[in-house]
Parts: sequence; structure tokens; C-alpha cells
Amino acid sequence: MKIYLDYASTSPVDQKVFSAMRPYLNGQSFGNPSSFHLFGQEAKKAVDDSRERIADFFGCLPEEIIFTGSATEANNTVIFGVVKPFTHLSLKPHLITTAFEHKSVFIPYKELESMGAEITYLPVTKEGFVKAIDVKKALKKNTVLVSIMYANNEIGAIQPIAEIGKLIKSASQKQKSKIYFHTDAVQAIQYLDCNVKKLGVDFLTFSGHKIYGPKGIGGFYKRKGVLLIPLIYGGGQEKNHRAGTENVPFIAGLGEAISQIAQSKQKIAQIRNLKLRLIKGIIKAVPDIKLNGIIENYLPNIINLSFRGVEGEAIGLALSQQGIAVSTGSACEAQDLKPSRSLVALGLGSEDTHGSIRISIGKFTTDKEVDKFLKIFPVVIARLRKISGYKITTNK
Amino acid sequence: MGNIKNPDGVGRAGNPVCGDIMELFVKIKTDKNKDIIKDLKFQTLGCAAAISTSDVACEILKGKTIEQALKIKAKDIVKELGGLPPAKIHCSLLAIEALQAAIKDYLKKKENKNK
Repeated sequence: MKIYLDYASTSPVDQKVFSAMRPYLNGQSFGNPSSFHLFGQEAKKAVDDSRERIADFFGCLPEEIIFTGSATEANNTVIFGVVKPFTHLSLKPHLITTAFEHKSVFIPYKELESMGAEITYLPVTKEGFVKAIDVKKALKKNTVLVSIMYANNEIGAIQPIAEIGKLIKSASQKQKSKIYFHTDAVQAIQYLDCNVKKLGVDFLTFSGHKIYGPKGIGGFYKRKGVLLIPLIYGGGQEKNHRAGTENVPFIAGLGEAISQIAQSKQKIAQIRNLKLRLIKGIIKAVPDIKLNGIIENYLPNIINLSFRGVEGEAIGLALSQQGIAVSTGSACEAQDLKPSRSLVALGLGSEDTHGSIRISIGKFTTDKEVDKFLKIFPVVIARLRKISGYKITTNK
Repeated sequence: MGNIKNPDGVGRAGNPVCGDIMELFVKIKTDKNKDIIKDLKFQTLGCAAAISTSDVACEILKGKTIEQALKIKAKDIVKELGGLPPAKIHCSLLAIEALQAAIKDYLKKKENKNK
């Protein structure tokens, strides 16, 4: 029995999503949406339908949705596209983000910093939340963009986007220069209200493969009228925002995946219950353990834990040998040998980041899988603690 | 894996890159003026590469004289293991450093005994 507990990394393609993609993959419908003829128009209809479904979900106009090859590309397009006009001016642009953004936001910000932009990296509380007041305090005359993720990908903490959206809007009006607000909603859209009007964002980025859609497709909402310089130039597709022939089957799949979210809201309670069962079960069976973050205002599918006397990657590999997939924030696992920025941002020391794992569940996770995990997991931890010679400090 | 009661030498090594820690216990027997490693055990807090290099190092070192043992390089351990990904090569240094520390500890104890 293989048990997948890494849904925050990626998810399997839903059968309905696959069915929606099939006609555009098997040769049945293969036209180029830019072609005027009937083949092209059939493909264009598929793209338009998907765009409409997605716009419906985000509460925006279809023309405000732009498809890209991934959420990483969407984040890059937004960040560089907003800031580029300012880099030509003598006014040094100021940007605000958080200490624990996903790399597809964090690295573009680092790149802009090296190009001369001024960046504020906001701290988060030990529970994992950005404080709206800190955003307000960080705003400057030359602030052009604020990027704050809707929900953190490693711990699941939900950020007060609507509250921040409001204060950015009023600050913008006061200083009579527009401050753009961007949120990376990749982890959030499966579970949270993503109405862009309620959130008060100018940009919102999303991905296909975290929501039971295919890999290699993403996109963003761009508020109508907002100026954005493209990242990719060519044939002028996506209203000049992203050149390249549209990925019709994947766009059709993404539209179906997003429509599925609205229809599977009742699954959220089930996922939340499984998360609580997992936390309770692990705490009961394994001593010297720490839940990173809290329960309230967290996504219902992500659990992040730290264990003393064990290293995260070793836990992950030992579980993998037993057929169980989780991920880790340990430096040993990272290509750059640096621990998870999210856990460091929470104030965790190296001992706790070193022994951390992320368990993330999804709509296909079953009670039986949770039972099996709770049986195997304590044995794996006990074995690794024996190898490290760890002495348990708390008596249960 | 594990520890040795009344070891002749104990070596501790920490990997500053990713925070792995290894403790190596050695039992040494002197035979015809040669110090031979009779037994080794380790306790390692680290990733799978750190644990497996610890284990392989102990296998290689058992029965060696301390002079022979000190000549063993990290790359010998990696070779015996059948290779490691580039990002994990540094893990194999842990065992070498722990061994050097354990032998140093043994020699120091021996010197103190002979005083």
C-alpha cells in the first residue's frame, strides 16, 4: 500500500480533469487558437470556456485572467512586469514581501534587490502570521509592489490578505501613487475564498498541479487597466502578456480543476478531521515533538512537525521505504543545504528545522491511510532515535 | 550502531553545513606494539547519507591498525558505499572527523596512563 501525504507538493490529476483534457490531446481537437479557421476556433473556444470558468471562480472578468506555464512563471511575470518601468526612473522602487514567501517570489525579489531595488522582508509572528500593521509601517513613498502569499506552503498559515488589501488601497489613495498588491494563492485556492474583490488584490497567482490539475500550467489574475510589462515576447497571445501558442489541453484541464473546487467544498471538513486525527495520533504515539504553528487560521491540509534527535530527510527516506511520502524542511534535503525559510521565520533553531517534516493531505486521503501511517510512523522515529542515541526528555 | 561500554576512545564530529552530529566509540587492542581497532560503534543524528557513511566507515575500519585507519579518506568511504550524490559528499567527512577525534582521544588516554 502506497500512501501519499505530500499534496502540498503536487496532486494527482482528477479523472474529470483528465476527461476535459483528452479531446485536445488525442488528436480530436488540435487547432491553434490563433487560427481564424474552424480548427482554430474550436481550440479558441476551449481556451475561452476555461478562462470564463476561472474568472467566475475568482469573481473577475475573463479578460483579467492570463495563462502561463506555471505559477512560478506567473509570479515572475507579475513581479518583474510591475517593477520594470520603475527601474528606468531615478526613483529607486521599494518593494515589500515576507520572510517566508515561496522561492518563485523570494528569488525574483532577491534578483530585483541585486539590480538596485529596495526590499523590505517582513517578519512573521511565531505562529506564522504577517501583521497588517507591519505592512502599513513598511510602506514608503516609493513603494510600488507588495507580495504576500495567501497561505504558506510549508506550515499552512493563512495571511490576512483582505485586511492588508484594504490598507494598501487607502495608502495608495493618500499618497496618490499606485501601490500594487500581489498574492500568491497557489496553496490557498483549494480551501479559501479567492474572490479578488474581497481580497483587494491587483494580482493573484495560481497553479494547476496543486489542485488536481496537470503540471505545466498556471496563471494569474491581473486587475483590468493595470500596466504590466511582459516577460515573454512573441506572437502577442494572452493579450500581449504571455507570448506562445496556448497550451489548450492544459488550459482546459485547469478550467475543469478550478470548477471542481467549487463543487467539492464538503470535502474540506473531511480533510480537516483527518488532519486533526493525524496530529492527535502522532502526539500520542511519539514523545518530544512540536507542532510548528497552530490550528486556527491554518489550512486544513498541512501539518508541520519537528522532532528532536532525528533528521527530517532521514525520516522522509525511511517512510518512503515503507511506501509513505512526506516532505521535509531539513537543510539536508535542500539542494542549497539551507533549512526551510518558513521555519526559520517562525524563530525555530537549527535543531528544530533539522528534524522537521511536512505532512499534507488531500481529497483522496482516507481513514485507512491515516491509520496505517499512525502505525508505521512511531516505529520509524523510534528507530532513528536509537541510531542517534537520543534520550527522550519528557515522560508520558 | 549503538555505543560501547568503557570505550578506549570517543570521537565527536559535527557537520557545520547541515547540523549532523556523529559520535564514534572505539575499542582498541594493542598487539605486538600495534594498536588495532577491535570494535567500533556509532550514534549519528543526521540524514540517510550521514547514517550510511557512519555505518560503512565502521565496517571498513574494523580490524585496521590506527595508522591504517588514519590513512582512510572520505572518498574511500563513498566508494565503498557505491557513490553519493554531489550534494551529499560532505556527509562522508563526518565519519573521518569522528574517527580522527576518537583516535586522538585514545592516544591521549594512553599517554596519561603511561605517565
